[in-house]
Amino acid sequence: MAVIVDVAIQGAQMLLVLLLSPLLTGFVRKIKARLVRRQGPPLLQPYRDLIRLMRKDVVLAQSASWLFRVVPYLVFATTWVALSLVPTFRTGLLFSWSADLIAIIALLGSARFFLALAGLDVGTSFGGIGSSREVMIASLAEPAMLMIVFMLALIAGSTQLSTMSAFMNSSEVGLRVSLGLGLIALIMVAIAENARIPVDNPATHLELTMVHEAMILEYSGRHLALIELSASLKLLLYVSLIACLFAPWGMGTTEAGPQALAIGALTYIGKLAVGGFLLAMFETAIAKMRVFRVPEFLGAALMLALLATLLRFVSRSF
Amino acid sequence: MTLIIALNCIAGLLAVTVLAVVIGRASVAAQIVYGASLIGSLILLFAAIGHLLGAADPVSMTLPLGLPWLGTHFRIDTLSSFFLAVVDLGIAAASLYALGYGRHEQAPQRVLPFYPAFLAGMNLVVLADDAFTFLISWEFMSLSSWALVMAHHRVRENVHAGYVYLIMASFGTLTLLLAFGLLAGPDGDYTFAAIRAAHPSAGLVALVLILALIGAGSKAGLVPLHIWLPLAHPAAPSHVSALMSGVMTKVAVYGFVRIVFDLLGEPAWWWGIPVLTIGAASAVMGVLYALMERDLKRIFAYSTIENVGLIFVALGLALSFKAHGMPLAAALALTAGLLHVFNHSLFKSLLFFGAGAVLTATGERNIERLGGLIHRMPQTAFVMLIGCIAVSALPPFNGFVSEWLIFQAILLSPQLPSWGLKFLVPAVGALLALSAALAAACFVRAFGIAFLGRPRTPAAEQAREVDRFSLAAMFACAAFCLIVGVLPGLFIDTLAPVVRSLVGARMPVQIGVEWLSIVPVAESRSSYNGLLVFFFIFMSGSLAAFAIHRLASDKLRRAPAWDCGYPDASPATQYTASSFAQPIRRVFGTLVFRAREQVVMPKPGDPGPARMSVELRDLIWDMLYTPIAGAVMLTAERLNGLQFLSIRQYLSLVFAALVILLLVIASWP
Amino acid sequence: MQGLVFDIAHMLAGSLVLVSFMQLYQDRLSALLNMFALHALVLALSVAWQAYVQAAPHLYITALIALVFKAIVIPVVLHRIIVRLGIHREIENVVGVGLTMLAGIGLVALAMVVMLRVTPGADPLAREDLAFALSVVLIGLLMMVTRRNAVSQVIGFMSLENGLVLAATGAKGMPLVVEISVAFSILIAFIVIGIFLFRIRERFDTVDISALDRFRGERR
Repeated sequence: MAVIVDVAIQGAQMLLVLLLSPLLTGFVRKIKARLVRRQGPPLLQPYRDLIRLMRKDVVLAQSASWLFRVVPYLVFATTWVALSLVPTFRTGLLFSWSADLIAIIALLGSARFFLALAGLDVGTSFGGIGSSREVMIASLAEPAMLMIVFMLALIAGSTQLSTMSAFMNSSEVGLRVSLGLGLIALIMVAIAENARIPVDNPATHLELTMVHEAMILEYSGRHLALIELSASLKLLLYVSLIACLFAPWGMGTTEAGPQALAIGALTYIGKLAVGGFLLAMFETAIAKMRVFRVPEFLGAALMLALLATLLRFVSRSF
Repeated sequence: MTLIIALNCIAGLLAVTVLAVVIGRASVAAQIVYGASLIGSLILLFAAIGHLLGAADPVSMTLPLGLPWLGTHFRIDTLSSFFLAVVDLGIAAASLYALGYGRHEQAPQRVLPFYPAFLAGMNLVVLADDAFTFLISWEFMSLSSWALVMAHHRVRENVHAGYVYLIMASFGTLTLLLAFGLLAGPDGDYTFAAIRAAHPSAGLVALVLILALIGAGSKAGLVPLHIWLPLAHPAAPSHVSALMSGVMTKVAVYGFVRIVFDLLGEPAWWWGIPVLTIGAASAVMGVLYALMERDLKRIFAYSTIENVGLIFVALGLALSFKAHGMPLAAALALTAGLLHVFNHSLFKSLLFFGAGAVLTATGERNIERLGGLIHRMPQTAFVMLIGCIAVSALPPFNGFVSEWLIFQAILLSPQLPSWGLKFLVPAVGALLALSAALAAACFVRAFGIAFLGRPRTPAAEQAREVDRFSLAAMFACAAFCLIVGVLPGLFIDTLAPVVRSLVGARMPVQIGVEWLSIVPVAESRSSYNGLLVFFFIFMSGSLAAFAIHRLASDKLRRAPAWDCGYPDASPATQYTASSFAQPIRRVFGTLVFRAREQVVMPKPGDPGPARMSVELRDLIWDMLYTPIAGAVMLTAERLNGLQFLSIRQYLSLVFAALVILLLVIASWP
Repeated sequence: MQGLVFDIAHMLAGSLVLVSFMQLYQDRLSALLNMFALHALVLALSVAWQAYVQAAPHLYITALIALVFKAIVIPVVLHRIIVRLGIHREIENVVGVGLTMLAGIGLVALAMVVMLRVTPGADPLAREDLAFALSVVLIGLLMMVTRRNAVSQVIGFMSLENGLVLAATGAKGMPLVVEISVAFSILIAFIVIGIFLFRIRERFDTVDISALDRFRGERR
């Protein structure tokens, strides 16, 4: 019986994140528009875009290889698998032990690896620009992320996300300097990883300012839909990750009954709304930086994460 | 029994060497030599696996060869059987590959005799049980591989590569010679059993550790002793490159492990520090060099330096844990290191095979003159993609598993009491994370520029898929990469007896864990299941494909690339390897390589092309090797005068040397 | 002194280090000034918290001084100065940001080792607070070394002083007199430096101190 419940909850989580992710993207867009006094697209616009893109023919570049056609599915699959292992409304997911946080980061790394290859596949100059900048950003964001994971793992005594988030929900944690540093670094990494302002602009097709969009320039139809969907999944993943590690309140535990699960789901949606709102505020308030300023930004994230880890190594009370 | 079989196989390989000298020019010679090597290495492989799986007791043997009072000692224990398995799996793959690849060899008589000799040398090092045999085999391995590097001796840069390799190899052997000399002590008992039983003083042991690190490290390619490696490995024929990079560096790791973990006894607290520092430096420097490189084989050679760095970081962690009485953590770190030894030999062989295939098909090693090979060589491209994913440490392939284990070991290290390690280990962790991310960038670049995009030259346009033997070898390696990636528990358990013999503990048994996960310490702490991850990715990818094709649209049409409205540009407008690396060069290169970009724009109205050039400087070469070379030259200049003495003066020199030696002996305590 | 009290004190001291790092990251003068104001604000909070924890009312005065002078008056005045000098957008760094921050990490590590090793028996709160304070001092010095502009050197100097105040309050308070005298000496130093800035500017048309080296016949 318990297994069935676990399977159901794991399945519910996978469906939930898949269905919620375009909504979060739409929500951020809407808030951003409202903040600059525009009407903005309807909240459900991302769903409509996805459905329309799925129905359209794929226009494939003549020089594209099989890899180019496989990549969208791979990117979508890895991102989705990664996200379905992040606790959202309940800890102790059925398959949470199949990949810990390090593996989740590596899964996202795989997604980026494939996407960067796809950018090079058609053999156009823009694809190359996008890929080369993306790997440069990743080469700093990924170590920063790993250092944050190290710091959290040293506090929680585990790299297992469910265990970590259960630990962060307990009263043992308290305020920690290293946690503060880690949170700031994690936010910086999340901004860079999701190609948000000030690192990249998700809404631009201006050739000199784009990174992520340049990489996927040749995609169309269902391929593009999958890549857009993966991008929203990734945004949802990072927001959920921050929520489950730094704001784990209200999350259901393994023994939670239906009522606790409902509370967990409601608080989760609330956290997403807050996260999306803060992201929109931040993006509206700040200007995009030059590409070669990005390494400094991410370097700072790496340094903060390293400092946090170092503090944890030195003394248990930091 | 195992040992006898192994020694007979090695003797067989030496016999093949003699045979190859005789029939070297015959047309079937390549088939015979590589076929015989394949069979011999397979027998050795099965013997080694049998010994390892049976976790049998060590077997020793003394042959009445070599020095009259010493004999030649051989021994197979779990450590040597593991390395024997790694070596012979690599050899088997390379020999299979060479059955096809070797046909394109222009000068087979320069390759065939040395190839089995090289194989025999590597096997002998692993089996040697006294310092004398070890050093002789080591030098035999070095010299035969040197001969293989010099196979195409008419190419200018190969001569340079061979020269540097010879010097560095001799230097490495010299330090190992000193290390063993110190270990053997004044009584001069060179058997490993006697060395193990002796208890040398702490200072002496420290000196031996440093000498072993230098000696084995120079062969393994640790920074700053790596300079020969990116020159020599690519210069050899590709199957030999694969062996040198994938296997010979592992023999060097074996030498280090044998001396430091086995012969030296209990480690002191600081032993991990130099090993960790040099390992982490090698990991980052290796991959940064690789990112700046354009030659496919040299990229892979530099990546070897990175991976050897990773292995040494794991070994350094194991030493630190062992010294502080944490055998379980030491077992985890050592297992991670040894698993990476195995993994690296798999994917690095695969990558060099692929580079060889590209070289055969196009005659090019410079990736900026390739492109679009995925259309012309789909199978090679597929296996190379797997190799690139594996070496970039991405799940669900094998590179990720060992790197994940190393990270888990790092996470155990705050319990280490010493302050130096408390600061060093997080920094090492950051450097490893950096090198992993840079490795992914490096292999996106290598694969993307060489195999994807549009062909940049006619040679790349007319590439043809390679022969069946080569493909079989590459597919076998790729399959192993996936198997180790999804079923790591089996291999971790296989390593248990090796680890137990070296640090006195083992990782928890993995085979019984539910769903074949791996659990390094405890399940609440961390676990990873490559099989499930692979399955999930496969399932959700296919599910998405199926659903979309059925429910939405499966239509597809081809059109010219859009490229933001600049259609039909020439292939020359694609990103090249250098331009791809430019952002990373700007971030890291200005510091590490003193990278300078120079743009020369023509004057307004001048139709001439604008030119951009990049200048990189190898600071290690400039700051370490150039002064040494200068000093050697200067000394040689000074000593030049000694060539023009009279006979009486020469005699007096000899006489003085004799008297001084006698004096030294007389005053020796 | 355990639990939340302890954690908040730590958190504030840690934030001071964090803001010091943010100062290293900024390369525009006006942004740097804002960071300095934030630095002083965090310091004021930290001192006030110590005052509350230690029930030492005189520390509230210290906090107030920090708040009024360092978080408001000095940044505003300096801001006016740099706007008048027309250098509020100037970017100046001798060493790159990444390297500076790396050096900063090294200094923090050094501070930790020194403090935690030297004082194994001391009260853990004071001990780790001292380590943070030393880090702030060292980073302040680092900033003075890596910046070329006289204004940012002043800021580096004052954040160094913030570190000293943090150390003093953490160590169960020093007498108010010392406190005030330190504050005044800083103020005087600030005025002197401010006047110097204008003098330098009048003479050399820049506040880049490498100009001074040139006039002394030195080379950078």
